[in-house]
Amino acid sequence: MPEQITLVVNGSPVLVPSGTNVAAAIAIAGYACRTSVAGEPRGPLCGMGICFECRVTINGIPHRRACQVFGETGMDVRTEE
Amino acid sequence: MQQQFDVLVVGGGPAGIAAAVRAAECGARVGIVDDNATLGGQIWRGDSAQASEAVEWRGKLQASGVTPLCGTRVFHQPRPGVLLAEHDEELRVLHYRSLILATGARERFLPFPGWTLPNVMGAGGLQAMVKAGLPIRGKRVVVAGTGPLLLAVAAYLRKNGAEIPMICEQASLNSLARFAVTLLGQPQKIKQALQLKKEVGGVSLATSSWPLAAHGKKAVESVTVSRSGKSVSIACDYLACGFHLVPNIELPLMLGCQIRGGYVQVDNLQQTSVRGVFCAGEPTSIGGVESSLVEGQIAGLVAGGRPEEARTLFGARERARRFASLLDQTFRLRAELRKLPSPETLVCRCEDVSYARLQKHVGWRAAKLQTRCGMGPCQGRICGPATQFFFKWNPDSVRPPVFPVRVENLGVFAGQPDPQETAISGGHE
Repeated sequence: MPEQITLVVNGSPVLVPSGTNVAAAIAIAGYACRTSVAGEPRGPLCGMGICFECRVTINGIPHRRACQVFGETGMDVRTEE
Repeated sequence: MQQQFDVLVVGGGPAGIAAAVRAAECGARVGIVDDNATLGGQIWRGDSAQASEAVEWRGKLQASGVTPLCGTRVFHQPRPGVLLAEHDEELRVLHYRSLILATGARERFLPFPGWTLPNVMGAGGLQAMVKAGLPIRGKRVVVAGTGPLLLAVAAYLRKNGAEIPMICEQASLNSLARFAVTLLGQPQKIKQALQLKKEVGGVSLATSSWPLAAHGKKAVESVTVSRSGKSVSIACDYLACGFHLVPNIELPLMLGCQIRGGYVQVDNLQQTSVRGVFCAGEPTSIGGVESSLVEGQIAGLVAGGRPEEARTLFGARERARRFASLLDQTFRLRAELRKLPSPETLVCRCEDVSYARLQKHVGWRAAKLQTRCGMGPCQGRICGPATQFFFKWNPDSVRPPVFPVRVENLGVFAGQPDPQETAISGGHE
């Protein structure tokens, strides 16, 4: 079994295998990533750092692309919901 | 932080790795930069990194003494010989004598009603997410669009426990059959095709089929597809939809490299129109991993000072290029796909600009100025290829920064020291 890590997504802990990226952890926690200009929920599209649809706030830094960052224990992730 | 290299490679997929290895074997001091957290590109990612070819090249890379710079994103060239990049929000100044661009490709997305719903992703996009930990076991995934990637993604998802009710390929059966016949001359490709057939066996592959609309409240719940002229509705948890690939040419464009037919123009030695700048892999033609490896090696050998050795690879490159042009013919987009969006369909997802608003404009520049289309964080990387297909618009010049950066790092543009001085004093970390 891979080692487990615990991220905090919108204030709630989420347990995922290590090596999971933040975008996948957010999906596991049941959230979209951001809210569009017109107020629609958006999630990852390209999965490779190009589309910026998965941008979230990680450890207080806004506009991080969740698909390009591996999750770490204690990481604080905030989506725009 | 400043770093100095003889040869700097941008892009850590097969082309970039092969280029870096060969240049280092020539005795050059080589660095390889990639935006992703690990090298390997989109193709050698996650468990695909265990493929024998990937293991072999990574082994060569480790043995070669190349400096890897992962999670590092190039955003500007203040002058020839220097690139600025960001790593964890910090600035990196990278000096080089020769530059090899191996920036790869991305999926082409075509907007249709519902494509902005969560869980509608690229085909490669969903695969990348599953490789990065997204649970897919027991989920229903419709795979749609065009290109050889669809079968590979369907096979991968199925192997990981997903149910694939249908693969929708917009190309016709005739076109796929011609493709298959031509491959008969290439034993390696036949082996790959047979393996794929085994893995996706039993899944319904619908040709001349494409998505018409995705439906759902908070996320996709079903998709309506056009299957040989009839509308069919399929329930699903994910829609994995990509329309083949488009090359990442933003950085080459910013550096002033000549582009022809959407691809970076190179000579026999993989040199672009800009002195000291090479290009290899998907940005020169969408040909897949074999073509990337051979072009990367040629670029690396030439940049490392062994052009004669590079010439021994020209035959292999010729074969790879024939495959690229075959891919291009087989998976060319059919004209009906221009009718995919409804007037309300958002084409630019960053700025929520609808098809109807874009339709009024004569070109990309006018549309940008009037609607903000292509001016969000992705800088037109997603909507640009779509508007090119729908309206035949061509994006004009690319300006720095080619990616959004922190204001602090943007500030160094102005405060950049004198070029000559930087070249001498810049150097070791």
